[in-house]
Amino acid sequence: MSYPEEMRKSIEKVEETRDERLGLEINRMSLEEREEILKKFHPDYRPEAKREIGIGPNKGDLAPNEVVDLLESYPIVDPEEVDLSQVDYDVSLLIIGGGGAGTVAALWAHYSGLPVEEILISTKLRHGDSNSIMAQGGIQAADKPDDSPVLHYLDVMGGGHFANKPELVRELVLNAPSILKWHEDLGVMYDKDEDGNMLTLPGGGTCRNRLHSAKDYTGMEIMRVIRDEARNLGIEVLEFSPAVELLTDNGRVTGALLWNMETNQYYVIRAKAVILATGGFGRLHIQGYPTTNHYGATADGLVMAYRVGARLRDMDSVQYHPTGAAYPEQIVGLLVTEKVRGLGAQPVNREGEAFVHPLEPRDVEAAAIIRECYERRLGIETPTGMVGVWLDTPMIEEIHGKGTIESKLSAMYRMYSRFGIDMTQDPILVFPTLHYQNGGVEIDEKARVLGESGVIDGLFAAGEVTGGVHGKNRLMGNSLLDYNVFGKIAGESAAKYCKSNGKGRLTLDHVIRYMEALKKMGVPENRKSPLILPDYRGKKVLMRTLDLF
Amino acid sequence: MGKTVRIYVMGREYEVPEGLTIMKALEYVGYRYIRGAGCRAGFCGACTTVYRKNGDYKLYSGLACQTTVEDGMYLVQIPFVPAEKPKYEVSEIKDVEDILRVYPEIARCLSCNTCTKSCPQGLETMDVIQSILRGDIKRAAELSFDCIQCGICSMRCPAEITHYHVAQLVRRVYGKHYLKKSKELERRIKEIEEGKYQEEIERLMKLPREELERLYKEIRR
Repeated sequence: MSYPEEMRKSIEKVEETRDERLGLEINRMSLEEREEILKKFHPDYRPEAKREIGIGPNKGDLAPNEVVDLLESYPIVDPEEVDLSQVDYDVSLLIIGGGGAGTVAALWAHYSGLPVEEILISTKLRHGDSNSIMAQGGIQAADKPDDSPVLHYLDVMGGGHFANKPELVRELVLNAPSILKWHEDLGVMYDKDEDGNMLTLPGGGTCRNRLHSAKDYTGMEIMRVIRDEARNLGIEVLEFSPAVELLTDNGRVTGALLWNMETNQYYVIRAKAVILATGGFGRLHIQGYPTTNHYGATADGLVMAYRVGARLRDMDSVQYHPTGAAYPEQIVGLLVTEKVRGLGAQPVNREGEAFVHPLEPRDVEAAAIIRECYERRLGIETPTGMVGVWLDTPMIEEIHGKGTIESKLSAMYRMYSRFGIDMTQDPILVFPTLHYQNGGVEIDEKARVLGESGVIDGLFAAGEVTGGVHGKNRLMGNSLLDYNVFGKIAGESAAKYCKSNGKGRLTLDHVIRYMEALKKMGVPENRKSPLILPDYRGKKVLMRTLDLF
Repeated sequence: MGKTVRIYVMGREYEVPEGLTIMKALEYVGYRYIRGAGCRAGFCGACTTVYRKNGDYKLYSGLACQTTVEDGMYLVQIPFVPAEKPKYEVSEIKDVEDILRVYPEIARCLSCNTCTKSCPQGLETMDVIQSILRGDIKRAAELSFDCIQCGICSMRCPAEITHYHVAQLVRRVYGKHYLKKSKELERRIKEIEEGKYQEEIERLMKLPREELERLYKEIRR
C-alpha cells in the first residue's frame, strides 16, 4: 500500500524543499504565541466538548463529556447482589492494574518489607498489557553534566502551564536519576555510549537533551524487565480480572470487588491497603479522536475512586499527541513517537513548507498541525478523507546518516514497512491523536489519594490515573518517569501503612450513597460504569444480537 | 460497501471490507475481544494469529493488529502460550553456563529455523539461541531486542525451547553485567543525596507564576 497518485504529487514538493529546510532554523513560539494558538486550535478549547460534573467532590468542575458520562453513572454491580462475607483473597496489599505503575509499586512494596504472598496484583488484560509497554520515545532524567533537576523542574512546570502540583514535580525530578540507576541494576538495556553514559535526545519542551531511550521500544524494554522481576519474585497476578468497585469501611478503603471476565464470577478481596494503578482514558475516544492507547484504557480507576470520594484535578485538559499516524487507514491514530522529531524530522505541509518548530510542547505542536490542516487548509487528504501533514522522515538519515531509522526507530520502521511504506525514502502522514490523561485522581507526595477532607485512608495511586504531576500538559518522557517514581512511592507508602494498620470491614456503603445522589440528580438508570472495555463490534451485527445465555 | 474479501474465522466464512486489519475484521463480524487484544499497536504480543491461505500449504503467523486481511485467509488466534518461566536472580547469572543452568533445553536446538520463520517481528530467533550457545551474550541480546514476547516461536519449536523467556534473561544479563554503568548518573545521584538541588527547588516551589515564567524563558535563551 504505497502512496496514491494525489499524495505522491505533494511528496514531490516535500522532496524539492528538503535541502533548503535542512539548514532552516524555525523560530520557537513565545509563551504569548503559544497561548493564542492553543485557544484557537487546541481541541481542549472547544467549549461544547466539556460540561460541568454534577456530582461528588468535583461538582461544578469541567471535564470532557465522555468522562462526565462515566462519573454520572450507576455501578455495573448492584450492591444488593454481592455477598461480601466470603473473602476470596485476603492480603495486605492489593494493587489494581498490572501495567508499569502497578508492577513498580509491587516491587517497591516488597523491597520495603512486605512478603510477596501479601501482595496481589489484579489486572484487566494480561500483566504488562498497558500504555506503559507502548511508550516508544524515552524517559526523562536530568543526569547530564549540562542539565540539572532544577532545569527539569522548570521544564515540567512550563510544559504544564504552571498548573502542576509543585511537591509532586519535585519528587518526579529528584527521583529520576535513581530510577534510571535501578533500571540499570535490573538490566534494562538503555542506549549508551562506550563509557556507559546514557545517550540523550531533546524532547518537545525540554531545554536540554534529556530523553533516555532503548531504541524506540523504551516502554516495552522497561515493562518487560520489571515484569520479569515481579515474576521472579513470585508476585501473584490475577489477569482478566478488573476491579469493578472498591470496598470501604467508614470511608477507609479496605478491599475491592474483582470480576473474572471469562467466567463472570466476582471475587471479594480484603486488603489493608489498595494502590490504584489503572492508567488512563484513551479508549473513551474523547471528541471522537482515535487513540494511541491500549484496549483497556477506559478510566475505570477514576470512576471507582470518585465513588469513594477522591478528588480529581486538571480533568479539563486532555493530551492529543501531535503525531498520530493518519495513513494508511489500518494504523490511523497509532503513535508516531516524538523521537522521530527529536531526530530531526520536520512537520511539513502540502506545499513542502515547514510551519512549526518540530519540538514545541505537545499541545502547541498539535494545535499548529490542526491550524495547518483546517484554517490554512494546507493539509494532505487521504483517499478515506482523513487530513494530515507530512512528517519528513527522510531528513533523519540526511542528518544522522543512512541506517539511523532502522537502528534507532525500528518499531516505527517495522510498522510502516508492514503497510508498504518505506519511511527512510518517503515522509509519513500524521495528525493529532488522543494520547494521555493529563489530570486524574489527586495524590499527595506520599502517593496517598486525597478526598474532600484530606487523605483517604488505605488508598494510594500512581501513574496515569493520577493528576497534578503534569499540570495541564505532559512533556514527552515524563510518563514513564511518573509511573516509576510514583509507583515506587506508592509501594513504599502502602507497605508502611500496612505495618501499622489492620484490616477493616468490607462494605459498598459508599456506592449506595453515590447511587442515592445519582437518583436525586435524575441520572438515567441504564447509564452504567466502569466501562471495562470499549465495544468495536460492527453495527450490523449489534443490531441483530440476541442475548440468550 | 466497497470491495470485500472473504475470511474464515475458525472455519466460518465471513465477508469483510478490504483493507481492515485482522483485529478490526474480527470485530466487524461481531467478535468482542477479551483475550487476543492488548495494546492494538504491535507492542504487547497479545494478538498473535496463525493462518493459512487458500491454495497454500504454508502456516503463517502475524499480529492481528498489524496484518491486513487477505481474501481466503483461514484464521485462528492464540489466546495464551503455556510456557514455564523459571525463577532466577539476575545478579547470579553472568555467562552461558549460568544461562544453561536456568534453560538447559536450549542445548536441544536443532537449528531448524522454524522459530525464525514464525516470528511476526521478523527477528533472527534461531540465531539468538545459537549465539547464546556460542557464548555471545551481546549478539543474543541485540538480535532479540525487538522481541514482543508473543511466544509463537515457542509454540512451533520441535525442541520445546521457550525462546522469548530465554531472550528476556539474556537481555537482562547483558544490560546488567556487560553494559557499562553510567558514571554521570552516579554523580548526579550523589549530588541529589547530598541535597545539592533541594534548596533551589524548594525555592522555586514557592515562587509566584510570573517569576517562574521569567525563569522558564531565561533557561531557553
